[in-house]
Amino acid sequence: MTDIPATVPRKTSLWARHKIFETNSIFLILGVLFVISIGGLVEIAPLFYLQSTIERVKGVRPYSPLELAGRAIYVREGCYNCHSQMIRPLRDEVERYGHYSLAAESMYDKPFQWGSKRTGPDLARVGGKYSDEWQLRHLNDPRSVVPLSIMPAYPWLATTDLKYNDIAIDMKVNRLSGVPYTDEMILNAAADLRAQINPEDPGAADVEKRYPKAIIRSFAGDPKRVTEADALIAYLQVLGTMVDFKLYDNKANLR
Amino acid sequence: MAATLPAPQLKITDLGAGIAFGALALLTLIIAGKTEYPAYAFHALVFAIASGWACFKVFDNATSRGPVAIPQEIGGKPNYNMGPVKFATIAAMFWGIAGFTVGLVIALQLAFPVFNFELPWISFGRLRPLHTSAVIFAFGGNVLLATSFYVVQKTSRARLAGDIAPWFVILGYNLFIVIAGTGYLLGITQGKEYAEPEWYADLWLTVVWVVYLLVFLATLWKRKEPHIYVANWFYLGFIVTIAVLHLGNNATIPVSIFSPKSYIVWSGVQDAMFQWWYGHNAVGFFLTAGFLGIMYYFIPKRAERPVYSYRLSIIHFWSLIFLYIWAGPHHLHYTALPDWAQTLGMTFSIMLWMPSWGGMINGLLTLSGAWDKLRTDPVLRMMVVSVAFYGMSTFEGPLMSIKAVNSLSHYTDWTIGHVHSGALGWVGYISFGAIYCLVPWLWNKKSLYSDRLVNWHFWISTLGIVLYITAMWVSGILQGLMWRAYTPLGFLEYSFIETVAAMKPFYVIRALGGGLFLAGALIMAYNLWMTVRGAPEAREASLGDALPATR
Repeated sequence: MTDIPATVPRKTSLWARHKIFETNSIFLILGVLFVISIGGLVEIAPLFYLQSTIERVKGVRPYSPLELAGRAIYVREGCYNCHSQMIRPLRDEVERYGHYSLAAESMYDKPFQWGSKRTGPDLARVGGKYSDEWQLRHLNDPRSVVPLSIMPAYPWLATTDLKYNDIAIDMKVNRLSGVPYTDEMILNAAADLRAQINPEDPGAADVEKRYPKAIIRSFAGDPKRVTEADALIAYLQVLGTMVDFKLYDNKANLR
Repeated sequence: MAATLPAPQLKITDLGAGIAFGALALLTLIIAGKTEYPAYAFHALVFAIASGWACFKVFDNATSRGPVAIPQEIGGKPNYNMGPVKFATIAAMFWGIAGFTVGLVIALQLAFPVFNFELPWISFGRLRPLHTSAVIFAFGGNVLLATSFYVVQKTSRARLAGDIAPWFVILGYNLFIVIAGTGYLLGITQGKEYAEPEWYADLWLTVVWVVYLLVFLATLWKRKEPHIYVANWFYLGFIVTIAVLHLGNNATIPVSIFSPKSYIVWSGVQDAMFQWWYGHNAVGFFLTAGFLGIMYYFIPKRAERPVYSYRLSIIHFWSLIFLYIWAGPHHLHYTALPDWAQTLGMTFSIMLWMPSWGGMINGLLTLSGAWDKLRTDPVLRMMVVSVAFYGMSTFEGPLMSIKAVNSLSHYTDWTIGHVHSGALGWVGYISFGAIYCLVPWLWNKKSLYSDRLVNWHFWISTLGIVLYITAMWVSGILQGLMWRAYTPLGFLEYSFIETVAAMKPFYVIRALGGGLFLAGALIMAYNLWMTVRGAPEAREASLGDALPATR
């Protein structure tokens, strides 16, 4: 390093000024911090204040307690490794999967599950496409309904009771960072969760009221027992169904 | 010199560290007793045992140590602290083989789903994060720890700062790896790619990382050289930026201290942007800047030539770190992320081609006047081919970031192939080269046990990489084209499952490629083992000490 001065013609040259970074680690760190901050700030900060970031659209609501618990199973099993939840505005995708995904449709998703790989098909609008029975059989043994499928089987979901002691706290934590759960929703979280799989439950009507268009039925077959399969199927069946695209004004949300 | 230092008994830093470890052991024991989640209790117990052991070790060391502090220099030469470097080198090799093996398993699972065995712990969705974390953070991370601690000492001509601190960094980081990896298998994940570890593992990593930065800085402050060597700029850039990314992308609120689960404060589109700002720069700073630090030390050292251009390295450093940070949105083309952000991401990704190739040129031309060594030194050849792979994948990356190309490549195996040409070719080979250099230097051997075996490693794994990436190119482009294929009547030509079935031969070839890469790594492990076991020989004085002067 001793021969550097010999290669630098003048003290005032820009190259010579770089010495300050090479001889002082604090300046070097500050320089790095400054340089890496610019891109992040420009790309991320506006997403929080530009009104156009998230479309104005009716119908998107927070997940019901059962759907939220199902989402946790989806995350736990790493479904996002093979399934995206983001339909791009390309002709073939819209024809294959349905209307392209809106930012509004995942505005309450923590974490987002858009995914990056489609080893299996996109699931952004899988809700309502298949029956609960199909979903259950498919989870238990994918090749029994799709012979060429390479998806792993998840037979333990239908036999494991859902653990939901913390469901009210889950919702509180979601509310802390912006998901509009009401006190009433949080107070009734566990009861609502049980009621959603049992149409005869006296609380079932309240679930429907608190979470409009929530599907209330036994997803995995036994209305008295909440399994992980119930929660996961409830989540899959709500995916992409909240927005009514007959009413959605595409032009009003051009970005 | 050493005799003039005050006699240390129980220093205040030892006392503080001991108390901190003791408190952590107590806290984690309480958590282990009170939590309802067995997997979390297991993790709390691991923490309790580790911190209890660390507490004991700190007090034991402090009281059994002689009245003389560890000398900074012996006979006028720096008394380098190579223990932590050795540990991280062995850990890198261990995790590397573990990570490659898991990679082979998941490649087989995709070709033959029976390999999932219907067991929750080893189903693809849980093993895939284990594979990515094991190779990036466990293998790559330990290579970075080992080489950065080696390079910063040698280029500063100073002993690593701190006595406990370097060990805390190395052992603490590997504890993080164990917690993260076992967590995935037990179903503990926050579901963000390459950032799956839950809040408590993230918190622990933050502490370890801050100590890492401090050890690195404090060693630089002790340097006997007026200038900070270029490799250290890259290491420092990597350490600082990874800290920023880690904090931004893991801003979570735990459900409770007794639960492993947390929720990220960002949601939907903002969370997506944060994730890929993090995700792409995990590539940019962890897998690129850090490993460029390796390139800037080990290639000149091995070739015994100075770095090609000092000015180019200045331009390379600043432009690389400035441009990389913008590139994240190219992972979100055509998604619900606003178009302006996608366009920015694409523009900067294309510009990023230039500093990437500038760095490649600086690395390759360092061999000016020493090209003949490629014939005789298989280790140098491995590192040079690594830089060539770097050039290839940093050309492919900007290409794939163009929206029109991305509309085809996104969501397909092309991305997987691209990642692996960078990961196996660039990161893998530069790491192997550095480890092949380090082991004889660290264990005082004249040379490796066998250069022939290095040759075998090189050719077997190169064949593996070629099979891997060509299979993924073909399957990715094929699947992308099949998804968008229409019949003459205007209907989609293929159902989704037909496109899955078409992938099978390529998945088998990919697994074969991965198997060859693993076989190469096993040959390497054997070669290193035999090197360490070999008779010690005083190595040449010039090796590992003097810095090549920059032009």
